[in-house]
Amino acid sequence: MSTFWSLWVIVITTITLVFVFWTLWTNSKNYTGIEEGESMGHEFDGIEELNNPLPKWWTIMYWITGVWGVLYLILYPGMGNYEGVLGWKSSNQDIRSIADSKEATEQGFAEGLQVQYDVEVKKSNEKFGPLFQSYASKDIDALMQDEKALEIGQRLYLQNCSQCHGSDARGATGFPNLTDDDWLYGGEFAHIKTTLLNGRKAAMPAWIDAFGEQGIKDMTAYVLSLSGRDVNVASAKAGEAKFGVCAACHGADGKGNIAFGAPNLTDNIWLYGGSERAVAETLTHGRNGVMPAWKDILGEDKVHLISAYVYSLSNEK
Amino acid sequence: MSSTSSATPNYNFDVVKHFAIMAVIWGIVGMSVGVLIAAQLVWPELNFDTPWLTFSRIRPLHTNAVIFAFGGCALFATSYYVVQRTCQTRLFSDRLAKFTFWGWQAIIVSAVITLPLGYTSSKEYAELEWPIDILIAVVWIAYAIVFFGTIVKRKTSHIYVANWFYGGFILTVAVLHIGNSMVVPVSFMKSYSIYSGAVDAMMQWWYGHNAVGFFLTAGFLGMMYYFVPKQAERPVYSYRLSVVHFWALVSLYIWAGPHHLHYTALPDWTQSLGMVMSVILFVPSWGGMINGIMTLSGAWHKLRTDPILRFLIVSLSFYGMSTFEGPMMAIKSVNALSHYTDWTVGHVHSGALGWVAMVSIGSLYHLIPKVCGKEHMYSTKWINIHFWLATIGVVLYIVAMWISGVMQGMMWRAVNEDGTLMYSFVEVVEKTYFYHGVRWLGGCFVVCGMLLMLFNVYKTVSSDKRQDATNNLVPQAA
Repeated sequence: MSTFWSLWVIVITTITLVFVFWTLWTNSKNYTGIEEGESMGHEFDGIEELNNPLPKWWTIMYWITGVWGVLYLILYPGMGNYEGVLGWKSSNQDIRSIADSKEATEQGFAEGLQVQYDVEVKKSNEKFGPLFQSYASKDIDALMQDEKALEIGQRLYLQNCSQCHGSDARGATGFPNLTDDDWLYGGEFAHIKTTLLNGRKAAMPAWIDAFGEQGIKDMTAYVLSLSGRDVNVASAKAGEAKFGVCAACHGADGKGNIAFGAPNLTDNIWLYGGSERAVAETLTHGRNGVMPAWKDILGEDKVHLISAYVYSLSNEK
Repeated sequence: MSSTSSATPNYNFDVVKHFAIMAVIWGIVGMSVGVLIAAQLVWPELNFDTPWLTFSRIRPLHTNAVIFAFGGCALFATSYYVVQRTCQTRLFSDRLAKFTFWGWQAIIVSAVITLPLGYTSSKEYAELEWPIDILIAVVWIAYAIVFFGTIVKRKTSHIYVANWFYGGFILTVAVLHIGNSMVVPVSFMKSYSIYSGAVDAMMQWWYGHNAVGFFLTAGFLGMMYYFVPKQAERPVYSYRLSVVHFWALVSLYIWAGPHHLHYTALPDWTQSLGMVMSVILFVPSWGGMINGIMTLSGAWHKLRTDPILRFLIVSLSFYGMSTFEGPMMAIKSVNALSHYTDWTVGHVHSGALGWVAMVSIGSLYHLIPKVCGKEHMYSTKWINIHFWLATIGVVLYIVAMWISGVMQGMMWRAVNEDGTLMYSFVEVVEKTYFYHGVRWLGGCFVVCGMLLMLFNVYKTVSSDKRQDATNNLVPQAA
C-alpha cells in the first residue's frame, strides 16, 4: 500500500473512532438545559422524548470496547502499513511460488514474527512429524504388513486425494481408477511414489487437423476394435492404416507406454469414457490430464504412506 | 407543543396501504420459498430434477424475496407513513410515490422470473443482473426524493429520530447498491463486475454487511422508534441515547464488512479494522435496544394484553441477542469456528426472523387498520396466535442452527492422532440431518403465522366497520 493510502486509512479510522467516542462523551453530560427525566419538549404525532441519561453500565461498557479497540490496533496490523507491536500476520502475503513461500517462512521465524499459518504448520509438524517419520525408512513389504501404516495412508488419501479419485479410489472420468491393474505410469511401488511426489502431465495431441472428420471416425473404429468392440470393419481398416503416428506413444500393439503415461488401448478401460463419441472426442481435441506434485505440499514422509495405501488397493498383502 | 401544527394534514395513505399489503404477500412468498429450500436440505428430491427449482437458484430467490420484497415493502410502507405523521405533512409527490410502488413491484417480479431461470451476477444479496440493477437505482432515487422532499416541507421544527434512521438507510443503500453493482455488461442479461480478486470480494461484503446494517437494521430501527412509543403510548426513553447510538451505528457499520472475509486473501489490516469496528458496534447496537425496551417503563402491564406490543418488544430482544452474537462471531478466533457453518445461518435468521420480521409484523398490525380506515385489526386473538407461531418458529430455527453449526465447526477441526481429519464432509452432513429437519419445522411455523396474518388483514380490509374518518387523519395530541 502506498504511503498515501496508508495515511488515508489511518486518518479515516482515527476520525471515525474519535467522532464516535466524542458523541458518547458529549452526551454523557446533560447539555440540553432540560432536567433529566423530563420531556425534551418536542412532540411528533403524539410521541415525546425524555431526557434520560445514558445508562451507566452501558457507557462503561462502551468505553471498554473503545480502549480495547485502540489497544488491538496498537498490537496488531490495522492502521494502514503499520504492522503492530506483536509482529502478527495471518500468513505471508504476496507469495508467488513455493520457493517464495519457503523463504518468507524462514525469514518470519528468523525475525521473530508471529505468522499464524507458519506457526500452526510448525506446531503440527513437531507434533505429528515423528509419527510419519517412523514409517519413512520402512519398505513396501513391511508397510503392507502394517495395518496402522495403511490406516494412516488411507486417512491421508481421504483428506488429500479423494476429491478427484473418489473415497473408494475408483476414480471418475478423467481421474484414474486406483484399484485396478491398469497403470498409466506404472504400478510398482516406486512408480506410484514417483507419480505422487513429482506429479504427471499427460499430453494427448488433438488430431482433427491431421486426420479430418472421416479420419477421426476411422481411427475411433480401429481403437475400439483393439479392445474387441464391434465396429465397422471397413472403417477400422482405414484407421489402422494411419495408426503409425499413434504407435509412437501407444506402441504398435496399442498396449501403451508407461514412460509417456500413454494408456493401454486394448483393455477396454477408458479414462475419458469408452463410448464411440467419447473416444472420438479424445482423438479430436486431445487430452491434458494433470496430477499435481505433492512433494512440497505434503512432504516425502506422508507421500510414502499414501503410496503404500494406493499400492495396497491392487496388490495382495 | 411548540412544534405541532394545528392544521389537519391530508396524508397520502394509499401508497402506504399498497406497500403494507404487498409486504404481507411477499413475506409469505419469500418465507415459503425458504421453507422449500430448507426442505430440500432434508429431502433433496424436492428439486424435482428441474434446474429452475434447484437450491442454487431459488436460495437467492428466497433471500431477495424476504429482504427486498418483504423487508423492502415494509420499509416503504412504514417510512411513508411515519414521515408524513411525524412531519405533519403530505408526501412530497404522490406521483413519484406511486412510481416507487409500481417500480419496486416490477423489480420483485423480475427477480422472481430471472433468478429461477439462472440469471445471476453471483454476488450475494445482489444477484440481480444489470438491467434490473438500473431500475433499482432509479426507483431508489425516486424514493429518496419523496422521503427527503417530505422532510424538507415538514411542519414540525425538529426532525424526529425515526426519520434520521430512515434517512440514513435510504442514503447509504443508494451508495452501496450503486457502488457494488458497477459492471461491464456483455449482453442483455450478462455482465462482469468492474472489480476483481480480493477487491471484488471486499466490495461485495462492504455491500453485503451493510445490506444487513442499513437495509435490515437502520431502516427497521426507524420503524421501532415510531411504532414502539406509539403502540405503548409512552415517550421515548432517552433522546441523548438515540443521538449516541444513531451516529455510532452509521459510522461503524460501514467498516464491518471485512469480518465476512476473515482468514482469506484480504490483507490483515482490513480484517483487523473490520473486526475492531464490529466489536465496538456491539454497545451502540444495544443502545437502540435499550431505548426501545425502556420506552415501555411504566407500561409493562400492556405486554399482557397487547400482542402487537409483544411482537415489537420481543423483536427488540432478538435484536439485542443477534447484535451480541454478531460482534462475537466477528472476532477472528470465534470466526475460525463459526465461519461456513450453520451457526452463521442461525445468526442471520435470529436477526431476520426475530428482529426484522417481528418488528415489521408488529408495525404492520398497528398501521394496516389505520390506513384502511378501521379501528383495529379484525382479530386480536389471531395476532396473539401469530405471535406464538412466530416465536416458536424462530426459536426452533435458531436453536437447531446453533447446535448444528457448532457441531459442524467442531467436527471439521477434529483430528486423529496422526493429524488427519477425523470426519469426512459427508459424515458431518449426516450428523446435521436431524437439525436441518428441525429448522424446516421452525420455518413452517413462521409461514403458518404469516398465512394467518394475511387472512386477518383480508378480514380487516373487507370488514365494513369503519373508523371515524376524521379521527384517522387528525394527528393525535400527546
